[in-house]
Amino acid sequence: MLETYLSLFVKSVFLENLALAFFLGMCTFLAVSKNMETALGLGFAVMVIQGITVPANNVIYQYLLKPGALAWVDASYQSIDLSFLGLISYIGVIAAMVQILELALDRFVPRLYQALGIFLPLITVNCAILAGSLFMVERDYNLAESTVFGFGSGLGWALAIVAMAGVRGKLKYSNVPPGLRGLGITFIIAGLMALAFMSFAGIQL
Amino acid sequence: MATSKARRILLDPVFNNNPITLQVLGICSALAVTSKMETTLVMAVAVIFVTALANLSVSLIRNAIPSSIRIIVQMTIIASLVILVDQVLRAYLFEVSKQLSVFVGLIITNCIVMGRAEGFAMKNGPWDSFLDGIGNGLGYSFILIVVGVIRELSGSGKLFGVEILKLSTEQGWYVSNGLMLLPPSAFFIIGLTIWAIRTWKPEQIEES
Repeated sequence: MLETYLSLFVKSVFLENLALAFFLGMCTFLAVSKNMETALGLGFAVMVIQGITVPANNVIYQYLLKPGALAWVDASYQSIDLSFLGLISYIGVIAAMVQILELALDRFVPRLYQALGIFLPLITVNCAILAGSLFMVERDYNLAESTVFGFGSGLGWALAIVAMAGVRGKLKYSNVPPGLRGLGITFIIAGLMALAFMSFAGIQL
Repeated sequence: MATSKARRILLDPVFNNNPITLQVLGICSALAVTSKMETTLVMAVAVIFVTALANLSVSLIRNAIPSSIRIIVQMTIIASLVILVDQVLRAYLFEVSKQLSVFVGLIITNCIVMGRAEGFAMKNGPWDSFLDGIGNGLGYSFILIVVGVIRELSGSGKLFGVEILKLSTEQGWYVSNGLMLLPPSAFFIIGLTIWAIRTWKPEQIEES
């Protein structure tokens, strides 16, 4: 039992890394990886939000949207299928969760709130977060699995952006061809990192 | 005058102000779909449709949206359009929709759509916004199609599933490049495309 969760966790961190295997959250990944500190802050924020929203959306999907999910209200609702409302509810939940987390952090952990600053609202439009929920629905995870998956994929994303920030920090001292400076070389680095992450694919779990 | 302005709005995003290579928008969802031309094209059309209509509708009601809740209003408009696209794909192109899986839904968080709605449609008239939406969609599709052609042709010797280069595994001469079918190749191709565009238009080079 524990084994399945462990392997799901490792899989979501390394093998199916959201940033490097699925290109998710690339806009922020490329834009915010210029220095280490902001990368760490954003990575942490993504991990927290991902860990909350994926299970939350899982509950919504299981008890409201899935074909026949409303049967717990009344047996006659058995035939209702609201799954087409999925996209709009997930994005709503994500936006709401980000807002709530922002308020809660401001009230209880003001230091962390200041550290994360502008990154919290940015997360709403981070594709990695929505993708986490969509993958959860597609792969039909239950509540426990989706919690593990949420944290794991968030951690994987954080790992990727922190590594990227490290590499880009070193890049300041190197002589890059003019046309590749900035965005171009960042893409190439991301490609090389993705190749490195692919070596985890050999692991059998 | 009017036509040249319209043309500028429409064509500028393709080379001069490309959303992917210059504005760093919308790379998120799409690169994983470029290993085959079929999915690439469907994705490109879907994004053009959503950006154009989202821009148009946001621009139509731009004076009625209170600025404090504009993000949510834009999100709702975009999400509704994406649901529409998703349902149409499921009805008529089920196979492709299966392959695109979550990436159709991810058009919602594609920064191009949000970015153009927020950055252009909130300040400009409906017709210009509509053209801007199409233009940015085209710029995005241009990169997507370039990447898609290179990946499918060199990865499996085919275009749209039709054999162009005969593979050595089938007594042909072409040894396929397996790397091109893997996700990292898309990064390399885009990086090199950026290099090519910036060599052609040196004013886009970033100072480091």
